[in-house]
Amino acid sequence: MKQTVPRLFTNGMLVHTGGVREGALRCVDGRITGVGELEPEAGDEVVDAKGALIAPGLVDLGVFAVDKPAFHFGGITRAALMPDQSPPLDHPARIQFLAYSGKPDLWVHPMAAATMRLEGADMAELALMRDAGAKAVATGRQWIADSGVMLRLLRYAAMLDMVVVSHAEDAGITGNAVATAGEMATRMGLPSAPAEAEPLAVARDIALAELANARLHIRQVTTAAALDLVRAAKARGVAVTAGVTPAHFMLSDLATMDFRTFARLSPPLRGEADRQAVIAAIADGTIDVISSGHDPRGPEDKRLPFADAEPGMAGAETLLAMVLTLVRDDVIDMARAFSLLAAKPAQLLGVEAGILAEGAEADIALIDPEKPWIVDKARMEASAGNTPFDKQPVQGRVLALFKGGVPVHD
Amino acid sequence: MTATPTPTPAGRYPAGGQAFPHRDLTGIGHLETHEIMFLLDEAEQWVALNRQPSKHTDVLSGLTIINAFFENSTRTLLSFEIAGKRLGADVVNMQAAQSSLKKGETLIDTAVTLNAMRADAIVIRHASSGAVQLIADKVDCPVLNAGDGQHEHPTQALLDALALRYALKEKGRSEFAEGFWGLKVTICGDILHSRVARSNILCLTALGAEVRVCAPPALMPDGIETMGAAAFTDFDSALDGADVVMMLRLQNERMSGQFIPSPREYRHLYGLTAGRLERAAPQALIMHPGPMNRGVEIDSDIADLADSSIITRQVEMGVAIRMACLEVLTRRARGVDGWSAGEWA
Repeated sequence: MKQTVPRLFTNGMLVHTGGVREGALRCVDGRITGVGELEPEAGDEVVDAKGALIAPGLVDLGVFAVDKPAFHFGGITRAALMPDQSPPLDHPARIQFLAYSGKPDLWVHPMAAATMRLEGADMAELALMRDAGAKAVATGRQWIADSGVMLRLLRYAAMLDMVVVSHAEDAGITGNAVATAGEMATRMGLPSAPAEAEPLAVARDIALAELANARLHIRQVTTAAALDLVRAAKARGVAVTAGVTPAHFMLSDLATMDFRTFARLSPPLRGEADRQAVIAAIADGTIDVISSGHDPRGPEDKRLPFADAEPGMAGAETLLAMVLTLVRDDVIDMARAFSLLAAKPAQLLGVEAGILAEGAEADIALIDPEKPWIVDKARMEASAGNTPFDKQPVQGRVLALFKGGVPVHD
Repeated sequence: MTATPTPTPAGRYPAGGQAFPHRDLTGIGHLETHEIMFLLDEAEQWVALNRQPSKHTDVLSGLTIINAFFENSTRTLLSFEIAGKRLGADVVNMQAAQSSLKKGETLIDTAVTLNAMRADAIVIRHASSGAVQLIADKVDCPVLNAGDGQHEHPTQALLDALALRYALKEKGRSEFAEGFWGLKVTICGDILHSRVARSNILCLTALGAEVRVCAPPALMPDGIETMGAAAFTDFDSALDGADVVMMLRLQNERMSGQFIPSPREYRHLYGLTAGRLERAAPQALIMHPGPMNRGVEIDSDIADLADSSIITRQVEMGVAIRMACLEVLTRRARGVDGWSAGEWA
């Protein structure tokens, strides 16, 4: 649906890249045309924000399912879809289909599978997929073990100016592990792997990206050692960015106690020191993106013995509220929260969204950052309620959502 | 999770059902020291009964016990079956091939099915850690863990403690009559993949023993010290002055990839030989949960060493301890005086 009437958002707090300021925002034909002190023009439909935040719609860099009700609940207007679908997104036709699948009120940005069937061997048709709508290349749930393949991939993607989204865990070390080696895994008798599987993989991927002069985004960096590697690489100018999901800054491996499969994630939850390191890395800018990793899983995948359960959590609805805890704890300010949730992921994907600037897509969320609510796995919008945050009181809700200037109604 | 070792004189327990306020026996990690002692004390009457020519009681007459084994087992299944039958219960064995029950809904469905058959106790073995707890949450009757993945094997640890109690008594070690305070126990073998090691560390440390575990680095789990055991890679050091040596086999079926170069190299470093045994305290007791790989982790002459090896004694105690567990856990269902439902911790 096209925006037919110009809209003016007034009486709200605009979330700019530099800070939060009172002001108004005008959008026409799906684009933002004015930001600041604006007066209604003839024919404008005025939207009174009633003091709420006027923020860019969230850009979720890394989801495993298109789950529109959950995305809209969470203020997500664009979602970058991982190639781990059935069948994998290794063909231009599937990219093209998915790129249109959410429109008009949700834009899905499918990520091209780096290799055929995501097997880590033969490169997929990246240029054809780019031209069919793929905004990035992703290695999927697995890392590419063969360094030669990874180097050729990075070089090729650099030529196409596509960011490579990688999953960084050394598969030789992780094997069949479902937990991070440590006291919890040992007590529960779970197959586990040392957390060092991550820095090893991150070190290699950074080295290859540097060599290939490619853009590398590591979707989840969850250990102190790997974050140090990213920090150092950024300092010497490597085009590497890092992401994380809320689980890894909210929870440690203690959450897996009693074999709670909703806390079975990939990478697995880490020890407390690594959780603290993730928070520090969000604070100092080493981490650029926070995404939901939205992966709704029903009982057939989760009501199983821990090691037999599938990894993943339904994260779209809780993404905003969890990031707002960091604002309340003074780890980051509100402007940076929306850099992590919208501006930076949009920039990595190369889409004109994620910021309140003239010319950008009018993807707007009206947000009450204080509104309290309780996460309830039985009452989720997502297609499954596998959240490790069940029964947790949180704050921050989306009051209204606009995609391309048009209100989203579910 | 480890129970605090507080000495409790045998026979003096909280009244009635408070002596064992759990519906299920899913792991030693959930038990207090006095609850472990209670089960050991209860088992003594069954040791005595099992040594009679007529080994039958009707305590559990009319009850149905289902042994649901989702992983291969010979001795544990047999032991539970004999225990149930000697108590007069109707015992049914269900041995399901792991392959046909790999999918979880099926596992839950199986649990619900067993529950619908109105079992009075279900004994479960499963290849995945936590699977027994998962089933326990879905059924209405007591559930006994007969081994879940690499997590726990509580009746094995209890029978080991009972076997030790009897053996130490026979040796005149009266200082260990009320617990194992000061007893040095060395557990050597594939600690990483062993639920027996985990349950034994929890049980023996709860009873006061000083536990050492010994394994090559690849077979030693991370953070084992936090469970209360001292970790060794050198077998000779681990054996130094040990009162008890418990050997575990290599669980090749659980290994992905190569953990040791060869069985003969493993024996070279970790095999219990006559020469090595001299490192331990004089007349140290030798244990093995079975099945043994003679000539790998333990030499034949050591395994069969009269007076020192209590390996067959462990098997004997297994039946008694399982009788005790079944009898205690069904007390609420049988309406035993002082044991009412719904009072568990």
